[in-house]
Amino acid sequence: MYTQGLDVQSPEPPAPLDEGLLEKRFLKRVDAEEKIEPKDWMPERYRNTLIRQISQHAHSEIVGMLPEGNWITRAPTLLRKSILIAKVQDEGGHGAYLYSAAETLGVSRDHLVEQLLSGTAKYSSIFNYPTPTWADIGAIGWLVDGAAIMNQIPLCRCSYGPYARAMVRICREESFHQRQGYDLMLQLSRGHPSQKRMAQEALDRWWWPALMMFGPPDTESTHSGDSQRWKIKRFSNDELRQKFVDFTVPQARFLGLTLPDPLLRWNEAAGRHDFGPIDWGEFNRVLKGNGPCNAERLAARRTAHADGAWVREAAMAYADKQRARNAKIAA
Amino acid sequence: MEDKHQWPLYEVFIRSRGGLDHKHAGSLHAADAPMALEHARDLYTRRQEGVSIWVVRSTDITASDPADADSLFEPARDKVYRHPTFYDIPDEVKTL
Repeated sequence: MYTQGLDVQSPEPPAPLDEGLLEKRFLKRVDAEEKIEPKDWMPERYRNTLIRQISQHAHSEIVGMLPEGNWITRAPTLLRKSILIAKVQDEGGHGAYLYSAAETLGVSRDHLVEQLLSGTAKYSSIFNYPTPTWADIGAIGWLVDGAAIMNQIPLCRCSYGPYARAMVRICREESFHQRQGYDLMLQLSRGHPSQKRMAQEALDRWWWPALMMFGPPDTESTHSGDSQRWKIKRFSNDELRQKFVDFTVPQARFLGLTLPDPLLRWNEAAGRHDFGPIDWGEFNRVLKGNGPCNAERLAARRTAHADGAWVREAAMAYADKQRARNAKIAA
Repeated sequence: MEDKHQWPLYEVFIRSRGGLDHKHAGSLHAADAPMALEHARDLYTRRQEGVSIWVVRSTDITASDPADADSLFEPARDKVYRHPTFYDIPDEVKTL
């Protein structure tokens, strides 16, 4: 991803240009749909917005492994277990692609991980909900990954090259996540009445949190203006949320399940579904750290990081020793 | 919580099929080159995306500076005679 680590041969920095002029040039390139690359000039606000967004996205992938990893040992069949392991492995991979993309902006991996573990960085609030039944794994794939795809597809055209390229790779893999989730829900909803009930209850748990994944309503979204101007964000939160509802309603109908919203109905005149009000109080509570699993998720990440420290150190010590030994042989 | 020193960064290049070039796929951290290869296998070829992998320390790559792009690449801009389409060959002349 053409990282900051590359050695650029320029002994003297070029003569400083006027910031205003540079920003004007930058915006012209963005308007022309050119990609901005790591070594290109960019406004500091653009850089910081990207670092915040990409690292939050990476943290979400990593924390997102936890609610599903919880079911790997209890998956009902060997095939479902293999699928779930593959999916969780993908999430880890997506986190790694995204951390790399963030690092191209001049921030270190250690620093980003430290921000997650200390609780100063945010991650998607959806992963602070529990997965009490097997059907929750289906609902997550279908709804949570479905909402994520809706958010992520426009990011493949984002103005920042490394982020856009990481998103292309992620979107290609994410479709499997959504389909295996729907497949799981389909199997349950065609099974024993108790299995269908389990699927319905999982849908009831995940529907509203999934709608919250698109972020606060457009009237209250603080970062949207600049992000749209810089072509990081292409559609507003409410536009994407509406699209998600319109896509999901017929999918739920096919399953024979009911979306838990008595106000949900087709609006013929507007050509879209109307839906009930979202509980933004709940969204803010979870975001501020008071969701059902916030403490548990962070504790699990801290433990994993601390337990792995000796492995990282030992690998580095071994590599250093090998390097020293090879240097001696060469000398 | 910061590690004693961070694993260095490697760039990963993958040959997707026999006969094609290795292409830049992304980057990753690893303690040494053999580990970088293993990580690249897990990270970038989970779906048979490659038949061969190269890894190289990011700091061992020398890159051109985007600020020099004009002076580096501008000289090629006015040399249209380097392209076959520059030459008007009469229709009667075949296989040229």
